[in-house]
Amino acid sequence: MIDKKFIGYEVPPTLWDVEKGRIRFFAEVIGTADPIYLDDAAAKAAGYRNVVAPPTFIFGAESDSGVLMKLLDTLKIDLREVLHGEQRFDYHAPVCAGDTLRFQTRVADIYDKKDGALEFVVNDTKVTNQLGEHVADLHSVIVVRHA
Amino acid sequence: MNSETKMIQVGDDMPVLELPPISRTTLALFAGASGDHNPIHIDIDFARGAGMKDVFAQGMLSMAYLGRALTEWVPQRQILSYGVRFAAMTHLGDRVRCSGKVVETLEHAGRPCVRVQISAAKATGEITLAGEALVALN
Repeated sequence: MIDKKFIGYEVPPTLWDVEKGRIRFFAEVIGTADPIYLDDAAAKAAGYRNVVAPPTFIFGAESDSGVLMKLLDTLKIDLREVLHGEQRFDYHAPVCAGDTLRFQTRVADIYDKKDGALEFVVNDTKVTNQLGEHVADLHSVIVVRHA
Repeated sequence: MNSETKMIQVGDDMPVLELPPISRTTLALFAGASGDHNPIHIDIDFARGAGMKDVFAQGMLSMAYLGRALTEWVPQRQILSYGVRFAAMTHLGDRVRCSGKVVETLEHAGRPCVRVQISAAKATGEITLAGEALVALN
């Protein structure tokens, strides 16, 4: 069982640089053709600083910055048992190439169902950028399935 | 596009987005592009070690497809929030189909908005993720 003492645990904040090539790669893999994700001139013409990150891009950025692995390691969760249960984004400002994001993740809740066969970890992440803007909030529920 | 989105009304459908069948290549590329390197989606040995028959798609891949369906319908800056619950796994060969419907008009922080129920489903009709988006009309 995951120790409930970790409710309220805050992962050490991480920083992550948003690279234009990664945004383009992401946009191409999901097949979006809108030039605001691919071309700086088009993004600037649409009022953005640079190419803009698609709506769910910051989830992988958080993971890539090391938050998820740190969390699993600290809470002693086996990656093989992990499933994604829920994900929500609240958007406050755009994320663009050239930005540096800061992720502050906090464990909001830990609970279980089916006599502990399923455990749930609820995480809230505040995302800010180099301008001091609060760009987004992420809310995720991780499901841990014990065989 | 702005003048069009102002016309959005309760009962309207988001244009359907149908994707090609999920391939191993897509899963590998999405892992690299997204930064989510969980091997259960890209390494069959790891997936089998975790009790799965094979790798399966990242839930966030379908959420990204559904996000693409949203941004092809309304400008991204008008999407105020977007959330889903992952209901079923998406497997190799599955064709993801994204759809949505406007269910409510409301005001949020002084802006006129609509609440859109959205989902991704397989060709069989099985829902793989379901949720909603809050979309500003200006």
